[in-house]
Order: sequence, then structure tokens, then C-alpha cells
Amino acid sequence: MSMIETGVPVEHFDRGPRSKGELAAAVAAAIPPGSYVNLGIGQPTTVADFLAPESGVVLHSENGMLNLGPAARPDQVDPDLINAGKIPVTELPGASYFHHADSFAMMRGGHLDVCVLGAFQVSERGDLANWHTGAPEAIPAVGGAMDLAIGAKSVLVMMGLFAKDGSAKLVPRCSYPLTGVGCVDRIYTDYATVMISRDGAVVTETFGATVAELQARVAVTLRAPSQASGEK
Amino acid sequence: MRTLITDDADAAVAGIADGSTILIGGFGMAGMPVILIDALIRQGAGGLTVVNNNAGNGNTGLAALLAAGRVRKMICSFPRQSDSYVFDGLYRAGKIELELVPQGNLAERMRAAGAGIGAFYSPTGVGTPLAEGKEQRTIEGRDYLLEYPIKGDVALIGASVADRMGNLVYRKTARNFGPVMATAAALTIAEVHRVVEIGEIDPEVVVTPGIFVDRILDLGRDDPAQGVRG
Repeated sequence: MSMIETGVPVEHFDRGPRSKGELAAAVAAAIPPGSYVNLGIGQPTTVADFLAPESGVVLHSENGMLNLGPAARPDQVDPDLINAGKIPVTELPGASYFHHADSFAMMRGGHLDVCVLGAFQVSERGDLANWHTGAPEAIPAVGGAMDLAIGAKSVLVMMGLFAKDGSAKLVPRCSYPLTGVGCVDRIYTDYATVMISRDGAVVTETFGATVAELQARVAVTLRAPSQASGEK
Repeated sequence: MRTLITDDADAAVAGIADGSTILIGGFGMAGMPVILIDALIRQGAGGLTVVNNNAGNGNTGLAALLAAGRVRKMICSFPRQSDSYVFDGLYRAGKIELELVPQGNLAERMRAAGAGIGAFYSPTGVGTPLAEGKEQRTIEGRDYLLEYPIKGDVALIGASVADRMGNLVYRKTARNFGPVMATAAALTIAEVHRVVEIGEIDPEVVVTPGIFVDRILDLGRDDPAQGVRG
């Protein structure tokens, strides 16, 4: 990326933070053409809307499908064809179906190129917390999040940089229970794109704020690309 | 032993004992063997441990089995859903035990049981609360957790078409856990939309060979869809 070459983060402070659509488009643009990709449930699913058909990206659904198509229209609904979020979907030409052990072998075995996940918190060394708030009354549910987090070759997180209470979600250490250790490669947020390097968090771009303004609200040291020795 | 084929759901589930571990196929409602579950409720076995990806949706299938008070323990990856109110109520009332297993470990633990593997090391869950109590080992620089097989006394699964040898073909994402569960239980019972004669399924497309299937419930439907269209 050009930011790495120049060594200076690109600060877009003359505008607001990225909208959810802009964020999904940015993640889509970061996915290399021809990748096998799993999009997590919720906001990550919207990345599919911004993937150009000519990119040749193949979507994986952990309930046993490759080359997942768009959500089904009412007249296309088939109860045997759903995505990981249990939403009726469609198949694209070249799709394949397989059982759950094979589906997770694709993750754990390092065959899946990219996964995009939501997060409650990410630490500066790439620890991910996205499955459980740890609240005593909450019923825990993990699904395939832990398998995806440690299995995909590249793990991209999509989240707001700040929680509703204003606290930063990029943290020195996650306070929520972990999903995976040191597994996150990049974080796409409304206010900034952050790379997790061997040296910690590196801001490559900001939106609606300067790096200095974000640094005032985040306890993690935000480094410039020139201060990092590369992706971990 | 050769596969028994019946159109009587009660005969299909006969003999299931109290306290059994039952592997139930399906991801949400896709591939869930609802007719077999209803027959199991009538059959009456209780104190069950049930393995499924989820913990029931709405009021039918697995949720109905839970509501009937037959399940002592759920082993699953994702119990909490928008329509999992039956499980939620039992869990909050302390009436059901939950063993939460990451989805890939759940599938692989059953695969191991079916393949005669004693245990295996998985990287999933290292450094998380789900690693608690598990042996951790570093192999070629990477950390893994020791995971034990999950073996079923019974598997109840859904498939699309069977032949009279017990060979199964599934449909789309309703396949999910079915093929793995079929291998992992002492008694595997499949409900299928229709049964065809020997030779009518191309041997190249068989997904679960009949050796893994003990009983088949023939629903005698023309529609190949496994799920209930609604």
C-alpha cells in the first residue's frame, strides 16, 4: 500500500467518519481477487454487496458451501439453502456443498484466504474478542468464530473504533473473553484503518479525525507505517 | 448389518434408552430430522444428552424435545438465537446443562469418534475460556488443545434420497452435520424424503454409504427438499 511506502498515515480529517457502506466497500477493496473468503454474520456479510463479480472472489459459508450467492428473493427461498446466519441464500454456478468436518478443515487447515469478522475488542497484538461479553446472565454462544479466527490465512476485523459508551475497542489487552490469540491482521473501523504489525498497532488511514485526535481517545500507541517493521 | 427401511416413524426410533447420547443433525432447521424427533418424543426416552449445532428453534424439532423435558444436557456451538426461547428458558431456570464447543471442534470430535481416533490436538480455542481444563501442547511451534471424540448412542439425521442399500444423498446446505454424525453413532437413523431402488443412485454421488446407516424412515414425499417449505 502507498501509505506504507510513504510511511505517513493518510488523514482524511476534512470529512466525517466512514459510513457502514464505505467501511464495507473498503474491506471489499482490500480482498485480493480470486480469494476464498468467509464473511462473518452481521455487518461483515454486507461486504458481499461491494465485491465485483470480476474479482473472482469465492464466498465460503461454514455450514458447508462454496460460491455462495446473494440472499434469496421471496420466490427463490429454499429451506435447504441457507447461510451461516440461517438466512435463505442462492448458489452461484460452480458452487459446491460439503459436510461440516470438511467445511472446518477448510479453515483450520489453512485453505481459506480471508475471513472478515466483527469484534467487541481487538488488542494491539491482534487478540480478538467477539463471542461473549462475559456478563453472568448472558448465554454464551461461539459458533464458528474461534475456528475462523485461527484458521483463515488473513483475518480482517470490521467494527466501530469506539463502543456506544465512547470507550475504545482497540485496547492494550482485551477485557472480554478471547476468541483467538494474536489472530487479527487488520482492523477496518469508521475512524481508522489499523494494521497489526510485529510492533503493535499501525494506523494507515484516518477518517473524520487526525491520528493525534484518535490517540487522545485510545490507550494503545498508534504508530505510523514508517515506525513498523511490517505485518506480523 | 444391512439397513432396515420403514415408513413407520415409531418403529424407526424403537429401543432408544433413557440416558442416551443422541446426535441430531441439522443447522438451524436445515437438515433437522423433525419427524424422527417427534417420534422420539412419543417414544419417551428421557435424561438425554443431545448434540446439535444449535439448541432448538421455535417450537418444533429439537425445541419440542427440549420443551418435553427429555434433555439433561446440550452439547452445541450456538445455543443463543432469536428463536431459541425454549432452551433459553430451561437454561436460565437451571434445568439444562450446556457444554459449549466451537463448531469446528464439534464436527471434528464426532468425525474422530466415527473414525476410531482416540483424541486429537486442535488449535481452535487456545487462549480462550473454552481451553479451561484441557491439555495444551506445542507442536512445531504452534499451540493446540487435546480434544476427545464425541460418540453417540444414536444419530438422528435428515437426508434427501436413500436407496435400499441405505446409501444417502443430501440436498444443498441441509447436508451439514449429517455425514459426520452418521459415522459417529452406534445406531444411525435417517429420515429421507424418498427411498429408491438399488442402482437408482449413481455410486459416484453417494455421500453417506449405507454401512453407516442402520435404519431409514421413508417419508414418501415427491419433493426432494429436506426442509419443510413454508
